[in-house]
Amino acid sequence: MRPRSISTGVAIVLIAAAVLLPLVAGDYFTAFGTEIAITVLMLSSYRIIVLTGEWSFAHVVLQGVGAYTAAILVKDLGWPFPATLAAGAAMSALVAAILSYPLLRMKGFYFLMGSFAAAEAIRLLWRKIPFFGGTRGLSNIPAPYLELGGVSIDFGHTTNYFYLTLTVVICCLLLMWWMEQARIGGIWRAIQQQDVLAQSIGIESRTYRRLAFVIAAAFAGIAGVLLAYAFGSVTANRFSLNFALYLMIWSIVGGTRTFYGVVLGGVVLMVFDESLRFAEELRPGVYGLILIAVMLFFPQGLERLLAPIVGGPTKAPRRDVVPSTRSENA
Amino acid sequence: MQILIDTLLNSAMASAATALVAIGLALVFGVMRVENFAHGELYMVGAYVTWYVSTDLQLTYFSALVCAVLFTALIGAVMEVALFRRLRSNPVGCLIVTIGVLLVLQTAAVWFAGINRTLLVESPFPGALRVSSFALPWHRLFVIVAAIVLMLALTWLLRRTMFGWAVRAMAQDREAASLQGISIGKISIAAMMLSAGLAGAAGGLMAPIVRISPFMGQPVIITAFIVIIMGGLGSVEGAIIASILYSTFFTFVSTYIDSTVAAIAGLCIMLAVLIFMPSGLMGRTEKV
Repeated sequence: MRPRSISTGVAIVLIAAAVLLPLVAGDYFTAFGTEIAITVLMLSSYRIIVLTGEWSFAHVVLQGVGAYTAAILVKDLGWPFPATLAAGAAMSALVAAILSYPLLRMKGFYFLMGSFAAAEAIRLLWRKIPFFGGTRGLSNIPAPYLELGGVSIDFGHTTNYFYLTLTVVICCLLLMWWMEQARIGGIWRAIQQQDVLAQSIGIESRTYRRLAFVIAAAFAGIAGVLLAYAFGSVTANRFSLNFALYLMIWSIVGGTRTFYGVVLGGVVLMVFDESLRFAEELRPGVYGLILIAVMLFFPQGLERLLAPIVGGPTKAPRRDVVPSTRSENA
Repeated sequence: MQILIDTLLNSAMASAATALVAIGLALVFGVMRVENFAHGELYMVGAYVTWYVSTDLQLTYFSALVCAVLFTALIGAVMEVALFRRLRSNPVGCLIVTIGVLLVLQTAAVWFAGINRTLLVESPFPGALRVSSFALPWHRLFVIVAAIVLMLALTWLLRRTMFGWAVRAMAQDREAASLQGISIGKISIAAMMLSAGLAGAAGGLMAPIVRISPFMGQPVIITAFIVIIMGGLGSVEGAIIASILYSTFFTFVSTYIDSTVAAIAGLCIMLAVLIFMPSGLMGRTEKV
């Protein structure tokens, strides 16, 4: 079998396993499955930014923009779920588009710190302004409810909400996968590997980096909306620097070169995270050790271990390990 | 009036402590091109060692301070030898392992002393200096004096010794420096130990004043990054000037308005510097 058909097969098996999860596991693990699905969406959208060669600390806060948008629209105006989903994505994309004007003047370490400054300022504003609920955030977000031609589904039920999340996430993943195969994905890779060369053949690299940043933010916004409904509440602390760091760690441990790498890293570390719940306080340290070990021994992430099985564009190991942030000329 | 005097004294102390932390960060960036996110945790470790040696081991505050410096310098040397040296061709890798070290050190502190314990370090200088009707706590004055002495010593080291000459050469051009017979490995270890030791000293000096917790390094590292970006990445003098400007601004705004407002303003300043003046106050002009 060709590698591609193998990876398609793996994807189908994974989706089937996800669909069957609520049948074999209880509510607790189904809710956990919802969280994993949201994290997978965050990671694969984060990877779009990484594809262009940048690491951002703002992605989690852009997820928060989506979450807050949905919470406010559904609580104050009673918008239905699909409308909040679209509004959350649009709002995150809009905020990202505005932020991209100052931020994309920077690269590498400067971009990382700039994205941190902008994101943290937004997050502190949420804590400060009463409209966003201050430090307590917004709670009591009603679950989505569908009533169509005599059929009514209450998504407040854990299993139903899990299927809703799964559907949305799979659609988003397919869309992202399709984008990466399309011409735009090739341009992003070109910018990551040879920024100047790409410009010399007429690729406006800043425009494409901006596009990547905004598209990634739209998907993060969707993840934020899903999160807001899943928890029924939104607080500013859920989008703090720690979560941005975890997002970065998860994608590095999985590997960012291939689509399944980040998904793999996310699922493995989320499950690991859950199994370490008995030792809550020691968790960050274990993460730190994993991160250091991966950087020293598998600098391309765990996806390298699976490359011979699943295949993918990993045949020629390249010189650069993690996408270079070009800090050597910073 | 007492509030104004207090705020002035607090800004001077915050400037001194921030400068000690930021100089080390700037030094390591200048010499090794590594952005050390674990630097704030070295400050935290300095405070913990000071607490442990001065209370559990019952030694004097000053020997505790020396232990804090030595211990953090040791951590710095280990980081250089075990991590940065192996990742020299991979600058992003260095940045990422420092995040790993950050998490490990935080967890170590939690494991060592717990989260919710109140750790108290007694100052060797209790009481306050009374000038007419104003009170100036002695320990705060001591922190300021000690920081100035350390900074003068560092300036002397960097400007007047062979070691400083080698460090500056390496910051300018690593390859040319190594062609002149400067050992990159040795200078890197020394710079890392110096940088970590300064952070440890800052932690030890502040230990009697601040609340010691495993997460005390986080605001410190954020401030230090804002400061070195303001001062120009890699510039030690810039870091000192920016520390004074930023800490004074932050202390005044958080005393007279609100600390969240101060934090937001600080982040906006950093963003503005990154956008309009990416080389900072004293940095070399570079394309970003």
